Amino acid sequence: MLYEHVVCAFCGCVCDDIDVTVEDGRITQAKNACVLGKAWFLDHGKPTDLPAVRIDGQAASLEEGIDAAASLLARSHYPIIYGLSSTSCEAQRQAVALAEVLGGCIDCCTSVCHGPSGMAVQGVGEPTCTLGEVKNRANLVIYWGSNPAESHPRHMTRYAVTSRGMFTPNGRKDRTVVLVDVRPSPSSRAADIQLTVRPGKDFELLWALRALVQGQKVEESSLADTGVTLEQLVDLAGRMKSCRFGVLFVGQGLTQSRGKHMNLTAAFLLVRDLNRTTKFALMPMRGHGNVTGVDNVLAWQTGYPFGVNFSRGCPRFNPGEFTMVDVLRRGEADAVLSVASDPVASLPNSARRRLADVPVVAIDTHDSETTRIARVVFMAATAGIGVEGTAYRMDNVPLHLSKVLPTPYPSDEEILSRLLARVKEMKP
Amino acid sequence: MTRIINGEIYDPQNGIYGEVRDIYMKDGAITAEDPGPGGQTIDAAGMVVMPGGVDMHCHIAGPKVNVARKMRPEDHRGNMLPRTPITRSGTGGSVPSTFATGYRYAVMGYTTAFDAAVPPLAARHAHEELNDTPMIDKGFFVLMGNNEFIMQRIAAGEKQQVRDFAAWLLQATKAYAIKLVNPGGVELWKFLGNAHSIDDEVTGFGVTPRQIIQSLADASLDLGLPHRVHIHCNNLGVAGNWETTLDTMKALEGRRGHLTHLQFHSYGGEPGGLFHSKTADLVEYVNSHPNLSVDVGQVMFGDTTSMTGDGPLGYLLHQVTGRKWVNVDVENEEGCGIVPIEYKDKSYVHTTQWAIGLEWFLMMQDPWRIALTTDHPNGASFMMYPRIIRLLMDREFRKEMMQKVNQKALAETALPDLDREYSLGEIAIITRAAPARLLGLDHKGHLGVGADADITIYDKDEDKEKMFSSPRYVIKGGEVLVEDGHIREEVFGRTFYVNPSYDPDIEAKIQEYFDKYYTVRFENYPVQLEHYLPRHEVVACSA
Ligand code: SF4
Ligand SMILES: [Zn+2]
Repeated sequence: MLYEHVVCAFCGCVCDDIDVTVEDGRITQAKNACVLGKAWFLDHGKPTDLPAVRIDGQAASLEEGIDAAASLLARSHYPIIYGLSSTSCEAQRQAVALAEVLGGCIDCCTSVCHGPSGMAVQGVGEPTCTLGEVKNRANLVIYWGSNPAESHPRHMTRYAVTSRGMFTPNGRKDRTVVLVDVRPSPSSRAADIQLTVRPGKDFELLWALRALVQGQKVEESSLADTGVTLEQLVDLAGRMKSCRFGVLFVGQGLTQSRGKHMNLTAAFLLVRDLNRTTKFALMPMRGHGNVTGVDNVLAWQTGYPFGVNFSRGCPRFNPGEFTMVDVLRRGEADAVLSVASDPVASLPNSARRRLADVPVVAIDTHDSETTRIARVVFMAATAGIGVEGTAYRMDNVPLHLSKVLPTPYPSDEEILSRLLARVKEMKP
Repeated sequence: MTRIINGEIYDPQNGIYGEVRDIYMKDGAITAEDPGPGGQTIDAAGMVVMPGGVDMHCHIAGPKVNVARKMRPEDHRGNMLPRTPITRSGTGGSVPSTFATGYRYAVMGYTTAFDAAVPPLAARHAHEELNDTPMIDKGFFVLMGNNEFIMQRIAAGEKQQVRDFAAWLLQATKAYAIKLVNPGGVELWKFLGNAHSIDDEVTGFGVTPRQIIQSLADASLDLGLPHRVHIHCNNLGVAGNWETTLDTMKALEGRRGHLTHLQFHSYGGEPGGLFHSKTADLVEYVNSHPNLSVDVGQVMFGDTTSMTGDGPLGYLLHQVTGRKWVNVDVENEEGCGIVPIEYKDKSYVHTTQWAIGLEWFLMMQDPWRIALTTDHPNGASFMMYPRIIRLLMDREFRKEMMQKVNQKALAETALPDLDREYSLGEIAIITRAAPARLLGLDHKGHLGVGADADITIYDKDEDKEKMFSSPRYVIKGGEVLVEDGHIREEVFGRTFYVNPSYDPDIEAKIQEYFDKYYTVRFENYPVQLEHYLPRHEVVACSA
């Protein structure tokens, strides 16, 4: 069986041109997908014999699992729901409703990846565009603190570098590509210009670039410990000002290094300044397949994109207070519901150590370090393989995920909505 | 709910202005006869009964609304809705969360609202938000005024293809009407330009805004869309723009067209300078051209968020206010700009805007061709409607308010000389009957047999702001949703869309275009009806 133009929900590129072959109940081919996408389709497209529900390691029925998880959550005083970046918006909507009924926190992977970008937007706004604008118009493409060749393997070919569009009929030849990072990476090969910035010096570099773009004088000495020369920077500023349509893609190298949201504020302001004389856009390189979706769902249901708390009955937002790492680190959470995420493997040590002390409920499509420590584990169908749904690309374009394989497991959406119903009975 | 007895009925569509009558309903619709004994009765003696309110132009769902929510945490703090056993929690401010939006419309007696500007590529997003917007029936207009495929077809002289494409796009996005925003200008903005008149050429496409306006007005006519073309003119907010507005009206050459938020388009003066009111000239033209209808986009003083598909306008506002700025250019289709804005009563410019809006209401002779809007949240939140109603119905209140504004600006307008006071019947027209009629929604905005049983019942009050902000009962589809300001039941209304037919030959051309210029495949573009519009209703086209 061949399914054409299927959407890959693995990374923020959300490519929608994958031809998936299903043979004997498993996915055998994912044509057009990159190595990450292929692995995603092929791994998730294998039959598994894990029980749909485990309570303390023992197989249980879905009813029992819902009961156990609901009472664990309903009993807690300060639960947090976390993850959600690799599931559908339909499931995310249920998760927000559940957090509200529980009066707990809800946070997504945004708080440990592009939360600082979101905070910078709240400070100064965001000049941006959809990826097709980059494809059709951009003649200067800058990646800063990002290694797309490894993190988003088709970003350059499908959207930003070699793709051909209306005003870029010659594809790669029509563009200049610049890479700014702390070291050369596999993406360097694709770049015309590579600037190597010293770790932690991004803000200084962005600020100096802003000054140059505004026509101010910058002393060589002020760049002394950035790793970049004035000549290099003057050249880059010149290219930025004279391009027809420029785009700055920012990665976690910028959001998660010294300066965090201040780095992003500087980047947004730089791009804003550039719009006085040319068209320039900025786009965060969102990582997980639907991390952009969870920001959107949270924003339309609560007004805030991540780190939301319902303990007073209405949504409140405070990064650093209601965000997963901080809630754990301070030892505040007394129950955790992890959805489509592996916090034990991915959070910083100080936070993940706490996960051993609180009851954890995990909903995921496969076993992970988190399911291993969880009291109640639900196996769920993978959104985009076993179940339909919606995912948002890094540029906020929504796409419909399809179902290509039968699955023995319920969807995240179904598990969460049943949990919600049960918790409501226990905690009206 | 089965019957409402003894109420003073205002149902202008059926020529009823304040008569005491009984209203019967069954299965969500108004019936001629009492369906029989039993059922719930509301005794509305001494109360005013109107159809549910209809907002024909607001911004409540989709990408720009949501970016505005994300961008403005300060807008939500201190304006929060706690969860109740019936309702979800949310945040308010100028850009409320989806649940808050639905509840607030309902509590104000509004039962239908249309989002006025959704980029086709984000249609799915808008539907997702509408599905989380409770209480009201809804739909959206889809942006077409800067669509590159359309511009190329116009330039090639392919009228038929423009029409077929428009029909295809309406179907693909499950939208309700064709919307133009700064036609041609947003395309130019993609390389930092703009359109300054309807005869500027759109670089690279060889068309003018005039051609875009005429082609899409023709298309909506040919397709028999229930709501004809909905136009946000070029040069919004710019001094001297009234001429562009008049040119746009004239360019329609008798074709049906709705011009939106005209308050923002009625300015005299020189570009870059101070502006003054040109309402009288435009009103005169609209009064004598029955093919035209308008809504106002009233400005009210206070903090709000400007959000528009008009990218260059967003940048202009950012330059003027210095505040944070979002711009989103959407491939092959549209753009978007968002800036927080505070309208100040002491400001010359803002007073002029406030007065121009009121001039429009008070000078238009035919209430059936003008709808009450604030272009929510651009001029103000929709929550300001009750105060605007009071400004229109209560001359003394208006005078009181006039004392608080910039006197120099006020003196330059006709407002101090306008004595007109709206009657309850006229209010019923501009807030429900007219918008429903202009939208082509036969079963909304009136209480005749077969109409949806969407009914708002008000206690009479001299203070019209109080009266219209807290109706006694709000009934939708025959169910009492709100009583004394409290939500009794949460419902999720229907989404309206149109299904115009087209020659399927166009699809191959569109597909070819998608292969070249889009980053989404042609096959993945159309919105899946059952998934994204679980409660939908097609409104028939007349062609
Ligand atoms: S780039 Fe990302 S979305 Fe595209 S195929 Fe690879 S993993 Fe999937
Ligand atoms: Zn509008």
